Amino acid sequence: MSKASTAPQLEGQRLNSVADLELLRQNRQEQQDPNRAEVIVCHGTGCLANGSPKVAQALKQAVAAAGLEAAVKPLIKITGCHGFCSRGPLVVIRPQGIFYQRVQPGDAEEIVEQTLKQGQTVERLLYHDPQSDELLATVEDIPFYNLQQRVVLKNIGWVDPTDIRDTILRGGYLALAKALSGMTPEQVVAEVERSGLRGRGGAGFPTGRKWRSALKAIEKKGRPVYVVCNGDEGDPGAFMDRTIMEGDPHAVIEGMIIGAFALGAEQGYIYVRAEYPVAIRHLSLAMAQARELGLLGQNILGSGFNFDIQINRGAGAFVCGESTALFTSIEGRAGEPRPKYVRSVEEGLWGRPTVLNNVETWANVPQIVEKGGEWYAGIGVPHSTGTKVFSLVGKVNNVGLVEVPMGVPLAHIVEKIGGGVPGGKPFKAVQTGGPSGGCIPYALKDTPVDYDSLTKAGSMMGSGGMIVMDERDCVVDVAAYFLKFLEEESCGKCIPCRLGLSRMREMLESFGMGQGSEEDLQDLGSLAAAIADGALCALGGSAPNPVLTTVRYFKDEYLAHINEHRCPAGVCKELITYSIDAEACTGCMTCARACPQEAISGQKKKPHVIDEAKCIRCGICLESCKFGAVLVR
Amino acid sequence: MIKFKINDQQVQAQPGWTVLETARQHGINIPTLCYHEAVEPSGACRLCVVELREGDWSKVVISCMYPVAEGLNVYTDSQRVKNVRRWILEMLLAECPASKEIQALAAEYGVGSTRFAVHNPEEQCILCGLCSRVCAQVVGANAISTVGRGVHKQIGAPYMIPTDKCVACGCCVTVCPTGAMRSRFDAVRGVPKVVLAHGAR
Ligand SMILES: Cc1cc2nc3c(=O)[nH]c(=O)nc-3n(C[C@H](O)[C@H](O)[C@H](O)COP(=O)(O)O)c2cc1C
Ligand code: SF4
Ligand code: SF4
Ligand code: SF4
Ligand code: FES
Ligand code: FES
Repeated sequence: MSKASTAPQLEGQRLNSVADLELLRQNRQEQQDPNRAEVIVCHGTGCLANGSPKVAQALKQAVAAAGLEAAVKPLIKITGCHGFCSRGPLVVIRPQGIFYQRVQPGDAEEIVEQTLKQGQTVERLLYHDPQSDELLATVEDIPFYNLQQRVVLKNIGWVDPTDIRDTILRGGYLALAKALSGMTPEQVVAEVERSGLRGRGGAGFPTGRKWRSALKAIEKKGRPVYVVCNGDEGDPGAFMDRTIMEGDPHAVIEGMIIGAFALGAEQGYIYVRAEYPVAIRHLSLAMAQARELGLLGQNILGSGFNFDIQINRGAGAFVCGESTALFTSIEGRAGEPRPKYVRSVEEGLWGRPTVLNNVETWANVPQIVEKGGEWYAGIGVPHSTGTKVFSLVGKVNNVGLVEVPMGVPLAHIVEKIGGGVPGGKPFKAVQTGGPSGGCIPYALKDTPVDYDSLTKAGSMMGSGGMIVMDERDCVVDVAAYFLKFLEEESCGKCIPCRLGLSRMREMLESFGMGQGSEEDLQDLGSLAAAIADGALCALGGSAPNPVLTTVRYFKDEYLAHINEHRCPAGVCKELITYSIDAEACTGCMTCARACPQEAISGQKKKPHVIDEAKCIRCGICLESCKFGAVLVR
Repeated sequence: MIKFKINDQQVQAQPGWTVLETARQHGINIPTLCYHEAVEPSGACRLCVVELREGDWSKVVISCMYPVAEGLNVYTDSQRVKNVRRWILEMLLAECPASKEIQALAAEYGVGSTRFAVHNPEEQCILCGLCSRVCAQVVGANAISTVGRGVHKQIGAPYMIPTDKCVACGCCVTVCPTGAMRSRFDAVRGVPKVVLAHGAR
């Protein structure tokens, strides 16, 4: 901190050139003391809810109370989500990278005393690796992190998203500077084409090609042209885009400015779902700071280029993430899809040429421009370049957000990074691509996770959701769950989706009750085809996917329901009975106390029994028994 | 002139035409429910689907909005097309069981009964939105629209309360392909004032 006196010249001042930006960055760098400890507390939506602000507050107080000398006073820094919310709130101490999990305010004093003062770790807060059965001290030691390759997420967990200078210190806006000072718009488009980047929002359309066709449309129709960022992220369990918008808003903004420069756009829109207040706050703040520094708005970095962005709050409907519905929603009308036989690059927002890209797609752009398309294309596999962020949820040890190069095997993500299924059994299937994706069975665990391989397996990349299922998940039940979600989200405009999805769900539910026939199973396939062919937009069009893939890979399980009236996973309530294995039962009475129906009786230290007539098949007894004596059939 | 084929038959179209317009010009029948020359198409009913083929590649699109292009190969009655149409008609038999028009159309495509659950035996509306489009685009009154989302969608005045925006021209009733608007009409324009005063809550 000895240089604190030489106040940065450009603080709060407009940057009028690329050189000014570089100067600001250097100033910031010189002010950094490499030995000063940084105590990082994650503040993503997940951990905010779990009390991370209180942890940060307690750490501040503990530091103050410890009377550490000014020269070594650590910086308490707030960052976005580190992707490991199931272990949060997290505290990371740099430069060592010491990683504390599930930190509570009461731990603050010990962290300050032991770690900051004495340089030792607080063992009880360390991560215990279930695979090696070891305590791991640093971020870099933990497989969940060291098996990832962080490109889009590289700043998250490092920068304070509410302070633009922190992002600039880590190289933010260098790509914009490069584009504005040394590249033609044409060169920028060519670089994105060379990168092979494909859209991260669902369909995987090549981004460079989209920009190129927008340029062609502009030639025909002239400007204005709009750039739009899709932050509607509505898949259940997905939080990739939220994390990026919250944790590194400048990456999205910088990507959009670069895109606007390439296309000659003056206005951009970020459509964020209203349920993401922190993302909206951080984006707004980031834009305000960027404007103040002259990185957004009029005459960006003194180049004469003007571009600004407006945030639109989504109305909360899943379907508003669909491109045409998103445009009508921004235009102020009800967000309903319309047929798009004319592409939105030609006729998008207000009928003008428009480039719509997903949050993660935009966030990749700065690094592509900075390091070159070729560098990017070197990551991943030939037709799916770069990395992809996945949200790994369900029956997996390490629930969280992971970023890996495209093309790694599914099992690598689920078993190595995710730590496998709790209890150590193999997973049964993984649903990729969100509610309208597909189910990939364990037998295909080596499927490379890239656009084309997932499609070949009957599923899709989608926006990167991954739901891990184990033997206690019933595919009929799971398929019905996703259908129900989509049925509820259907806008109702077109008949196949509005009426067809409920019929599909009805059929699945009847299977779940042991009704239906093999003929129904065939009907289901023909109905699925009619919906896929007939629906107006991809919500309806891809809704049959989970059904089709589960029928394809788990037909036996469907037949067990239909023909044998049996649910092999023990989920479908109409088809299962709970009982107690008299030999395994120790008579501990735990289950009897836990049962909400008082359906379990028995004497202490004697085998218990379940009264089938009273049992509502909630499974609480099964969860409660420590001896595995409760059976479900 | 744009040249392409419908059902292997050579057809010609003006630039800007749709496949449906071209088919009708050539006397080829494609069923429609939500299409009307007087208003913008919306693509809601999906009954007018056709299949496009190009070698091994094939795709189902709606003819009322698909723009013509040189060399298209359109099939109006293929297996895929029939599958979509039959299922839609079966859904409609359950959605609006009271509509004679739908029953006749379904019968034409060999759909005599439905496996879908019937929720309202009196229902006739297929939510094609023709009435609201006519009201907005032809009459200019904007009195009615679809209200609600998904399976709860309905057609009517905002908040389903009678509106004085309605000029009682009856265009919506005329354009409705199923007769559904006839029974909704009073709920849109409001019943005569005297009765309303008595019945007012
Ligand atoms: C029902 C539905 C919901 C969608 N939701 C999203 C979303 O939340 N975020 C998103 O980026 N794309 C979503 N998409 C895909 C978009 O329509 C569009 O393809 C995408 O934003 C384009 O950006 P990209 O090329 O960068 O992926 C959705 C599509 C459908 C059919
Ligand atoms: S497919 Fe579903 S969501 Fe899409 S337009 Fe049709 S009803 Fe609406
Ligand atoms: S009668 Fe009323 S609702 Fe119907 S078209 Fe005319 S103005 Fe619109
Ligand atoms: S009332 Fe008639 S015209 Fe209006 S949506 Fe229903 S079926 Fe279509
Ligand atoms: S916010 Fe703490 S790890 Fe996600
Ligand atoms: S007539 Fe074409 S979709 Fe209804």
